[in-house]
Amino acid sequence: MAMQAAKAPTAQRSGFSIFVRTHALQIGITVVAILLWGVFAFFAPTTFFNKNIYQAFMSTTPFFAIVALPLTMVVILGDIDLSFPSIMSWGVLVFSWTLVATGNLWIAFILCLVAGFLAGMLNGAIIVRFGVPSLVVTIGTSFFWRGVVQVLTDGHGTSLLPTRGTFFYELMVGRLFGFIPMQMVWTVVIAVLSWVFLNRHRFGAHVYLIGDNQESARLMGINVGSRKRMAFAIVGMAAAFAGLIASLEVTYYWPTLGEGYLLNTLSSVFLGGTSVFGGVGTIYGTFVASFIVGAINAGIVAVGLSGFWTQLIYGLIVVGAVVIQTVVSKRVQ
Amino acid sequence: MAEPTLRLVNVSKSFGEVKSIQNVNLEIYPGEVVGLLGDNGAGKSTLVKIITGYHDPDPGGEIYFHGKKVEHLTVPKARQLGVETVYQEKALADKQSVWRNIFMGREIANRAGFLDVGKMRRETQRLMTEHMGFTSKAVNPETSVRTMSGGERQGIAITRALFFEAELIILDEPTMALSLSETKKVLDFIASIPAANKSCIFIDHNIFHVYPVVDRIIVLDRGMVAGEFRKADVTLEGLIDRLYTVAKTGKMQQQG
Repeated sequence: MAMQAAKAPTAQRSGFSIFVRTHALQIGITVVAILLWGVFAFFAPTTFFNKNIYQAFMSTTPFFAIVALPLTMVVILGDIDLSFPSIMSWGVLVFSWTLVATGNLWIAFILCLVAGFLAGMLNGAIIVRFGVPSLVVTIGTSFFWRGVVQVLTDGHGTSLLPTRGTFFYELMVGRLFGFIPMQMVWTVVIAVLSWVFLNRHRFGAHVYLIGDNQESARLMGINVGSRKRMAFAIVGMAAAFAGLIASLEVTYYWPTLGEGYLLNTLSSVFLGGTSVFGGVGTIYGTFVASFIVGAINAGIVAVGLSGFWTQLIYGLIVVGAVVIQTVVSKRVQ
Repeated sequence: MAEPTLRLVNVSKSFGEVKSIQNVNLEIYPGEVVGLLGDNGAGKSTLVKIITGYHDPDPGGEIYFHGKKVEHLTVPKARQLGVETVYQEKALADKQSVWRNIFMGREIANRAGFLDVGKMRRETQRLMTEHMGFTSKAVNPETSVRTMSGGERQGIAITRALFFEAELIILDEPTMALSLSETKKVLDFIASIPAANKSCIFIDHNIFHVYPVVDRIIVLDRGMVAGEFRKADVTLEGLIDRLYTVAKTGKMQQQG
């Protein structure tokens, strides 16, 4: 009896310490988020205790969070995609042209996603087939898709005003209960789907293994090429979707759509604890980090600094967080 | 004699101009441990990768499992046929947990591909306590592999091969970088394979490891089978002499 009683706490402690070890990065990012909120709430209580600021976060953060979530998988694979800002624009170009041609929102929507999917698939196919590093390939395709958009639009935008008032519009960027932006709901849906596919599906299991040791994954019979192509295709599709949401929010399609999202998105992934070396990363981390990145902008202005400070503080937080994560993860192992 | 588990007929493999292996014929019978010896570059690893479906042999080569010819062997197909390989420590994903490594490339999942994580964790826990001798609470299925010693890691690779009902176990230099006692464990394991009526191909540089546990020895040299004999017909000293001859001339003196 006495022995059993003495044993139980040890087992509990080791269970707890195992949890801390295996979830160190998620715990870290959560602490960072809470601390940051605390700082903002302390210096700008009127803003941060008002619901409007949260509505603003929920409306604009999805524009890059929707891409950052699946991009996490590409980074876990040990790859990177820099072409998604251009694919955002390419996807919405297809949407707007189809809408003008057919007048059918749903066909336009589906073709928009297909266009993004295929553009992503092309990235993956080039990377897998020719073994060119994804960094280089996606710089190239980034220029390519931006070029396609510019040539086809001649730099002119398209009004998406006809979408206003439709069920489709409400479904994409309406306000749930008059308060929650629908894009936030989509972000949560995509986060849940990404989590399930990364952690509870064979696809995600293979993503981790490939990112960790591509050669061993291949020796163990994992189809590395098909997993990579699919991961890039999903990012392409997500980019088209994010582009559509960002355009519908302002009911206008600008050919320059996507410019300015590259660094927000990438820093969400890296701040969230996904390792640039591959094999490590979580959807939860990216999700929380996206909102940290989204909050910094608003927070800096709200605490009374000029907007010019935003990038400086972004830089400090991202570099600081990544260094801390690397140090922590070396210690934990 | 029984049908061989594996039969290779006239198997060659070239990489561009380089002929890595040429016209290799061999048979592996059930319950047999075959040692594959040869210098660096003799073609041992290429041969293994053909058997595991990683490389396609050049046209003309034939592969038979249990007497049935197999066309276009792939890694998943080979694993289905019961070929399991333990590579020299290379085939683990270091940052991943033990259970992810044990089930690498063969995750327990339903038809739609959704994983049964709980079952994989439980199976891993069972294998760890029953087969790998992990008793400490500090090591569990969630532990990442990079925190483990070379012997423990090799234990995972070997257990992985065993768990999946292997018919033919290939060990590619499994004792590299292992301590003495860890090496002994691996050798004991190999010696226990025939009792289960499974076959094994054991590749190693160290003839003192190979000789005691094998039934038959095949010597590869410059991509060709330079000699093949039963352990009963040759002493360890005789074998070493022959290997020297092979290294010098590329031919095995049959009368030596």
